[in-house]
Amino acid sequence: MESFTYARATETAAAIAAHDAASAFIAGGTDLLQLLKAGIQSPRHLVDINALDMAAIEVTPAGARIGALARMADVADHPGIVEHFPALSQALLLSASAQLRNMASMGGNLLQRTRCTYFRDPAPAACNKRRPGSGCAAIGGENRLHAILGGSDACVATHPSDLAVALVALDAVVRLQGPAGQRTVPVEDFYTLPGATPHIESVLRQGELVVGIDLPGSARARRSHYLKVRDRASYEFALTSAAVGLDLDIQAGTVRSACVAMGGVGTRPWRLRAVEAALVDAPVDDPATWRTAAARATDGARPLEHNGFKVELAKRTVQRALEETAALR
Amino acid sequence: MATSAILVPVMDVTLRVNGVEHVLDIEPRVTLLDALREYLGLTGTKKGCDQGACGACTVLVDGRRINACLTLAVMQPGRAITTIEGLAQGDVLHPLQRAFIDQDGFQCGYCTAGQIMSGVALIAEGHTRSDAEIREFMSGNICRCGAYPNILAAIKAAAGGSA
Repeated sequence: MESFTYARATETAAAIAAHDAASAFIAGGTDLLQLLKAGIQSPRHLVDINALDMAAIEVTPAGARIGALARMADVADHPGIVEHFPALSQALLLSASAQLRNMASMGGNLLQRTRCTYFRDPAPAACNKRRPGSGCAAIGGENRLHAILGGSDACVATHPSDLAVALVALDAVVRLQGPAGQRTVPVEDFYTLPGATPHIESVLRQGELVVGIDLPGSARARRSHYLKVRDRASYEFALTSAAVGLDLDIQAGTVRSACVAMGGVGTRPWRLRAVEAALVDAPVDDPATWRTAAARATDGARPLEHNGFKVELAKRTVQRALEETAALR
Repeated sequence: MATSAILVPVMDVTLRVNGVEHVLDIEPRVTLLDALREYLGLTGTKKGCDQGACGACTVLVDGRRINACLTLAVMQPGRAITTIEGLAQGDVLHPLQRAFIDQDGFQCGYCTAGQIMSGVALIAEGHTRSDAEIREFMSGNICRCGAYPNILAAIKAAAGGSA
């Protein structure tokens, strides 16, 4: 790692005011330190934010407020989260390892960077995200794990966070605090598409901190589920994944509403509104309901040379996730 | 051409490891893993991947298992850090250490310290209700020799004994 100075922040506004382009905030550090060790980022100054008062987890039937410094393990095990937002707990428990979940913060997980090997290896491979204008080695190279949705001619890197997928499905918002004050942004709008500027990954402004995540309670949040498909049984990033929530009219035997988002397939978590629309008023006991809706999951997909299998796998992942969610309790 | 003096930002940090306080004068970029191994001579904790993927560097901080390679020493003052060297009470092995010997839970031994530290925390967490749960919650510790079946047996033996 390049050398840096280090300070521990004791007050949020002061930490934000002192932040400049050569600084980095550090919480759990589990992705940041990988990036520093690989030489992909080299801040001159680290600001440790772990002492800031941002780790509380509050859950009521109306919703949840989660501090950005809450650790992934603590949120996953929180009884209120397990009861009212099970897909969130599952997405967290299917992420990383127990050791990493004990260290990593919720805010840090949202800000983790892609696992694309051309991005992560600082050798001279072309990477517009790491070095704007240098090209994209993945498009004509090894791209089995890359995105089929949301890519551009400049970048096809997959977004790696399971947590972000669950939050997008569950209509969560992030609370941000910066030099200009506080604002909230739906997680669905937080990440940007690579377009011509893949080095820009979110709407976070210089000096802004993610301070919390809020989720609205709902029937479909309580009947929610996260399914992750991987090459290995555990401890690996997703090939495909789906977060699903269903509000079922048990008496009528139909779906009132659904929320569906996918991971592993997009340059950011992918909300599937066409799938959701196809489920409204659909009969729960007809297997065709889930298959027909899931067929819309890959509208607009553009497979690359090595990841064409993701198109079919994505549809089946959504279908299975819907079936499993409908069958809960 | 102007040259600038390079100031090496050395800091004091007090680490409490296995009940003993150590004051170190180190750069902030020293990981907890390197502080333990290179500055404190506690080489029981191993460096496998140095990027949080293998678990060989697992230690306990305030009883919670973490990867020492992915945190900085300067971030851990005042915490109770436990390494493999701190498990035994004198010559009396921790029950999980005993179980790894009895169940033949290692071949080369390189992953073993991390496996044991991770397993101690796993048992304290209560994630030992089934083989599947143990495997899932131990998935952050990998073993190139493939000693997994006996690692599982060792954890079950130790967990059963403490139930």
